[in-house]
Amino acid sequence: MICFSLSEEQTVMKETAAKLIQNCIRDNAHEMDEKGHIPAEYLTKFYELGTVPSMIPEEYGGYGMGHSPVMNSIILEELAFGDMGFAIASTLPALFVLPVLEMGTDQQKERLLPLFAQNPQECGTLGLNEPRFRYDPMELQSSAVRKNGSYVLNGEKCFVPMAQSAKHFLIAAAEEGKNGLYIVDRENPGLSVDEREKNLGLGTLENYRVRLENCEIPAEDKLGGEAGCDFGRLLQYTRTALAAIGTGVARASYEYARNYARERIQFGEPIASRQSISFMIAEMAYEVDAMRLMTWKSASALEAGKDAKRDSYLAKIYAGEMAMKITDYGVQVLGGHGYIREHPVERYYRNGRGIAILEGMAAV
Amino acid sequence: MINLETPEYLANLRSSMNNLAKGVLRPVARKYDEAEHEYPKELDLFRGMQIMGRPKKKKEGAANDSGNGKPKKGINLSTVATIEEMCWGDAGLLLSIPNAGLGNAAIAAVATDEQLERFGGKWAAMAITEPGSGSDSGSITTTAVLDGDEWVLNGEKIFVTCADRCDAVVVWATVDRKAGKSGIKSFIVEKGTPGFRLEHLEHKLGIRASDTGTFVLDNCRIPKNNILGSAEVKQDTEGFKGVMKTFDNTRPMVASMATGIARAALDFLREKMEESGIPLDYEKNPENASALQKEFHMMEAQLEAMRLLVWRAAWMADNEEFNNVEASMAKAKAGRCGTLITQKCCELLGPLGFSRKELAEKWMRDSKIMDIFEGTGQIQHLIIARNVLEMSSKELK
Repeated sequence: MICFSLSEEQTVMKETAAKLIQNCIRDNAHEMDEKGHIPAEYLTKFYELGTVPSMIPEEYGGYGMGHSPVMNSIILEELAFGDMGFAIASTLPALFVLPVLEMGTDQQKERLLPLFAQNPQECGTLGLNEPRFRYDPMELQSSAVRKNGSYVLNGEKCFVPMAQSAKHFLIAAAEEGKNGLYIVDRENPGLSVDEREKNLGLGTLENYRVRLENCEIPAEDKLGGEAGCDFGRLLQYTRTALAAIGTGVARASYEYARNYARERIQFGEPIASRQSISFMIAEMAYEVDAMRLMTWKSASALEAGKDAKRDSYLAKIYAGEMAMKITDYGVQVLGGHGYIREHPVERYYRNGRGIAILEGMAAV
Repeated sequence: MINLETPEYLANLRSSMNNLAKGVLRPVARKYDEAEHEYPKELDLFRGMQIMGRPKKKKEGAANDSGNGKPKKGINLSTVATIEEMCWGDAGLLLSIPNAGLGNAAIAAVATDEQLERFGGKWAAMAITEPGSGSDSGSITTTAVLDGDEWVLNGEKIFVTCADRCDAVVVWATVDRKAGKSGIKSFIVEKGTPGFRLEHLEHKLGIRASDTGTFVLDNCRIPKNNILGSAEVKQDTEGFKGVMKTFDNTRPMVASMATGIARAALDFLREKMEESGIPLDYEKNPENASALQKEFHMMEAQLEAMRLLVWRAAWMADNEEFNNVEASMAKAKAGRCGTLITQKCCELLGPLGFSRKELAEKWMRDSKIMDIFEGTGQIQHLIIARNVLEMSSKELK
């Protein structure tokens, strides 16, 4: 039955994530962003919640608790409320594990899932985005060519999170125009990780460009085997995740601006007592809610095992549009102070731009 | 547990209501846009049908209560879903459905059993606005003075929906102007009462199928027990707030009207795009799509956002959660976005969007009222802002 309120279990997980963010991230996010680094112990704290082993079936050494896109959306929003880079980094193993779990062959699952079930810090990542104008995830330029018993991959990927420390890669490439995912080990001589990227936002997250030059992999390392994988489904999971992250970033900006507007005195009264400010705050409030509801609608469809192509697409473009608008308002409410990096709204503004642009950096 | 999948009963309801709208309302939408003030006789079909459904007695509402703490299958969500479909057919006609006026909502909410007996079967309009009192409904000047067993009403009421067609009007008047908002009470005035005159009907931008009018109350005498609620003037404004609470239920309904009209416009645009062979893709990078495709997708996303905010507010009402701010969020969002979507659809339709041969131009006119009546978009923003900023009406004017 349709329900707009959280269950007890969902509330507990939401509060747990919120507490972790409150304790580790909220006060340190600025420093983390300046230094471009997430302290390992913070990530460990999230891994200790066991979200990845939970979704891995018992036969592969996990807890077999199932996989809930709605729950993951709730958690991602909380993490992104703390820091967008932290949200992506901490849920990164799932970005690798989920496609393997959902679309891998038995042999691929047997080989890879136990690694992640046993070691929550096992690092796998996914290379989807390509650094070029008119990039489209459905029309990849990275190519996979079948050659006897192997595939040869060529192409360049950008925004590959934590690529430097990742042992396993899923590389998105097109074989005769059909998109697929290919499992590549870090040791493969055809794969090289370039210098860390410097971006407008996501300062805390280690992002890399990854090059594939005649990268040869065994044919059985094509995800899903001969038939390949449901690439569209992957985008449904990642778009819903980006929408959840966008909600978290927008909410962070909204709450900061709201509190500031109440305390900032000009003309002898709080600036919030003027409609020009308070109407922006009101709009931020309902747009954050709308973003969240769109995310949850898409996640609900995924959770029910239904096709979420349209829902996830609309949730993502809405989140992209609104994350930018709301984080813009956030800076504007603070005025000149919003432009100074001591206040977080400028960081939200930079990160907010990423929601529309980025694809495939987290999964629900 | 969060689950925003549309349940089967609601999907079925939507589809049957859409058939009704398609079969009965849409075919005469243009006719009554042009024949302003003429009663749409096709609507007699709806007499006795519970469209703008609300339980006649509070107990009936509890019939669907599963009683085990699980979400309830409530009347508010069904009502907003129905309204969206009907307004997809025609908003002006929905507002003209017999016995489904705002006054009926007020009567259903607060009437005594005796009043329900007398007025429950009547078509009741609602008269709040005055020439000098719009959004500031606490400033109304229509007076009600008790004289023996009768109230004597004097004043002028404007923008009354269903003014011509209704059987009775719920009139807001003050029994004590010094008391401010707490002096405001509502009274049921039946048509034909001496001193109660329908002065004229308005000519409007849109929703022309709906008859909007002005009433003059000139020493209009009504029975003492035609007052809704208590006659006592308390020191606090709880009574007024109670009356305003009706709007927590009706605002999501208006927001749903906006959603229905916007969807009609979008569906028409989609039809034209498909006829021209312009594909609608939900996977490729939207930045590489044409301006037309991208605008369409963004409006679709806005429409989803509108509907979800409406459904949340209605769902909360069904589950007896206080939804004051959520109701205003739904109205603020849907009122504004519905206006923008219908404007944009006309723009994208080109000549078809300016011609009265098609309904798109009508939807643009109809939609505008949704950001105005039942509290303007600006009033909704004020309510939301005061709420999230925790500021009083004195601190945030």
